[in-house]
Amino acid sequence: MREGPEEKTLLEDVPWPDEPPVMLPGQTYETVTDTIADAVLTRPIGLGWLSGFLIAGMFVMILLIAVTYLFFRGVGIWGIEIPVAWGFAIVNFVWWIGIGHAGTLISAILLLLKQTWRNSINRFAEAMTLFAVACAGMFPLLHLGRPWLAYWLFPYPASMGVWPQFRSPLVWDVFAVTTYATISAVFWYVGLVPDLATMREKAKHPLTKKIYGILAMGWRGSARHWKRYESLYLLLAGLATPLVLSVHTVVSFDFAIAIVPGWHTTIFPPYFVAGAIYSGFAMVLVLAIPIRKFYHLEALITMRHLQNSAKIMLATGLIVAYGYFFETFIGIYSGSTYERSMLQNRWFGPYSAMYWALIVCNIALPQLLWIPKLRRNIAFLFFISLDILIGMWLERFVIVITSLARDFLPSSWGHYIGTRWDWAVFTGTIGFFSLCMFLFIRIMPSISIFELRQLLPEAEVKE
Amino acid sequence: MKEPLAPAIYGLMAEFGSSTDLVVATRAAYAAGYRKMDAYSPFPIEEASEALGFHKTRVPLIVLMGGLFGGCGIYGLQYWINCISYPLNIGGRPWHSWPAFIVPTFEMTVLFGGLAGVFGMFALNGLPMPHHPVFNVDRFSAVTRDKFFLVVEAADPKFDVVNTHKFMQSLKPLAIEEVPH
Repeated sequence: MREGPEEKTLLEDVPWPDEPPVMLPGQTYETVTDTIADAVLTRPIGLGWLSGFLIAGMFVMILLIAVTYLFFRGVGIWGIEIPVAWGFAIVNFVWWIGIGHAGTLISAILLLLKQTWRNSINRFAEAMTLFAVACAGMFPLLHLGRPWLAYWLFPYPASMGVWPQFRSPLVWDVFAVTTYATISAVFWYVGLVPDLATMREKAKHPLTKKIYGILAMGWRGSARHWKRYESLYLLLAGLATPLVLSVHTVVSFDFAIAIVPGWHTTIFPPYFVAGAIYSGFAMVLVLAIPIRKFYHLEALITMRHLQNSAKIMLATGLIVAYGYFFETFIGIYSGSTYERSMLQNRWFGPYSAMYWALIVCNIALPQLLWIPKLRRNIAFLFFISLDILIGMWLERFVIVITSLARDFLPSSWGHYIGTRWDWAVFTGTIGFFSLCMFLFIRIMPSISIFELRQLLPEAEVKE
Repeated sequence: MKEPLAPAIYGLMAEFGSSTDLVVATRAAYAAGYRKMDAYSPFPIEEASEALGFHKTRVPLIVLMGGLFGGCGIYGLQYWINCISYPLNIGGRPWHSWPAFIVPTFEMTVLFGGLAGVFGMFALNGLPMPHHPVFNVDRFSAVTRDKFFLVVEAADPKFDVVNTHKFMQSLKPLAIEEVPH
C-alpha cells in the first residue's frame, strides 16, 4: 500500500508521476505572501469584479423586496398550502446548508487526515460555508411566518412559562444549525488572525492598517502563542469533524422522524451527509475555478486541488447513488402500499420529470469523472459542478414535495408549484451568497498565507 | 509616565533568515540559561516552542471544561424542563426520554467546548494586545512575512546588555537590535 503524505508534505509531494503538485515550484515566503495579499491590497477594482458585484447586488435587492412583501402579506405569497406546507423554503434550506458542509470537511476532516493540499482552498471554502449557512438560516426563519418571534425557539425563561419541545427534530435543528454557524465562524476567524497580522503589516493606507490591526488583535507570531494556537486549531478540527456529520444528520431527522412515506427511512442520515458533501465540493469548484483564473492563483490552487475535489465528488456521488438505490429497494421490499405508491408517484407522477432529471444530473453525468482526461478539463469540471448543484436542488425538491403532495389519503392530495416569490427569495439568496463572496475575496486573504508558508520546503527545520 | 526602576530597554532582538536558524539559536539561548525569552515566526514551528521549554498548554483542558459545562448544562436543562418544570406528554413517551435529549447535548458540548477554547486561547495569549514592545523595532514587521526573531527580555536574571549582545552575536543572526519600551 502506498504511504500517505507526511505531515510536512512539501512541494515535491506527488503521489503519481503524472499528478500535479500542490504548489507550482518556485514559491517562497515572499511570493506566497505577496500573491495572496496583493490580490486584496494593491489590485485595482476591475470591471469584471464590479459588474459581478452589481449583478449580485441586484439579486440582493430582489431578495429584500421579496422579504419585505413576505413580511407584509405573510407566507401565503409562497405556493405553500396544505398538504404541501414545506415548499421552497425547506428545499432551499437543506440545499444551502448542504453546500456549507464541504467547507467544514476541508477545514476539519482533511486537517485531521493531514491532507496538506487543503491549505490552498480551506480559507475560501470556510467563507463559503459561512455564507451558505447564512442563506440557509434565512429560510426556516422566514418560513416561521412570524420571524420576529424566532427567539421562541430557544430555551429561555419566558414569562409565559413554556419551553421548546425537546423531542422534536425541529428543535434539534435549531441547536445544530446555530452551533454549526457559530463554530464555522470562529474557526474561520481563528484561522484568519495570523494572516490579518500580515495584512496589517503590508497595508499602506493608515485606515486599512488600523482595521486589519484591530482584527488581528495584536498577533505577533510568538512561539508560545503559536503553540496554543495550533493546539486549539486541532481541537476545533476535532470538534468540527463530528459536527460536519451531525448537522445534515439532524436535518435529515426533520424528515426521517416523520411517518410520511418516502421520509421514514434509516438511510436518510448517511445519504444526506454524503449529498451535502457532494454539493459542497461542487460549489467549491464553482468558486475555485474562477477565483484561481481571475486572481492568477494557478500556482497555489493547482490542478491537484481541482482533481482531488472531482474525485471526492465522484466518491460521494456514488454514496448518494447508493442512497437512491436503497430508498427504492426498501420501498419495494417493505411491502407497504404507501411506500410503493410513493415510488410509483416519484417515477411516473406529476413530478416525475424532476426525479429523472435528478438521476441524470446526480448519477449519470458525474460518472464521466471516471475519465482522467475529463478530470483535467477545467471547463468540464465547472460544467459538472453546476450540474451537480442543480441535481442536488432537484433531489431536495423531490424529497420534500412528492412525499407531502401525495401522502396516505388520496382525498387530501394536492399539487405544489413555487410562485414567483419563491423564486425571488431563492435567486435572492444566491445573489446574497455571491455578494458576500465578492466582498470576501476583495477584503480578506482568500488563501491561508501562513499555512502555505508552512508547506514550503524552506519551512522545515533541518536538524 | 516612566517608571524609574524599570530597565531601560525591553530586551534584545536577534533576527534570523530561516526557521532552522531560529530553532538552533533558541536552543542555544535556553542552554545558556536564558528563560525569559520568546521566539517569533511567520508560521507555527513546533520545535521553537519546544526549544523555549514550553511544552504544555492549558488549551485542551479549557476545551474539555467548556464542553462538559455545555453538555451537562443542556442535559440538565432538558431534564428539568421535561420532568419538573413543564412536563409534556408527547406520544406517551416517558418524561425522561433521554435519546431525544442527546442531539442538543452533543451540539452544546461542541459549541461550549469550541467557544471556551477560542476565548481561552486568546486569553492565555494575552490577546487582544495591540501594543507590545517588539513592535517598536521596525524590522520586526517582517515576522508576518519571511523573518524569524529571538527576543531575550531584560527582565531575565541572566540578562546583561553587553554580555547578552555578545552571546547573540555568537548565534550569527542577520541583525541584533535593542527593543525599547
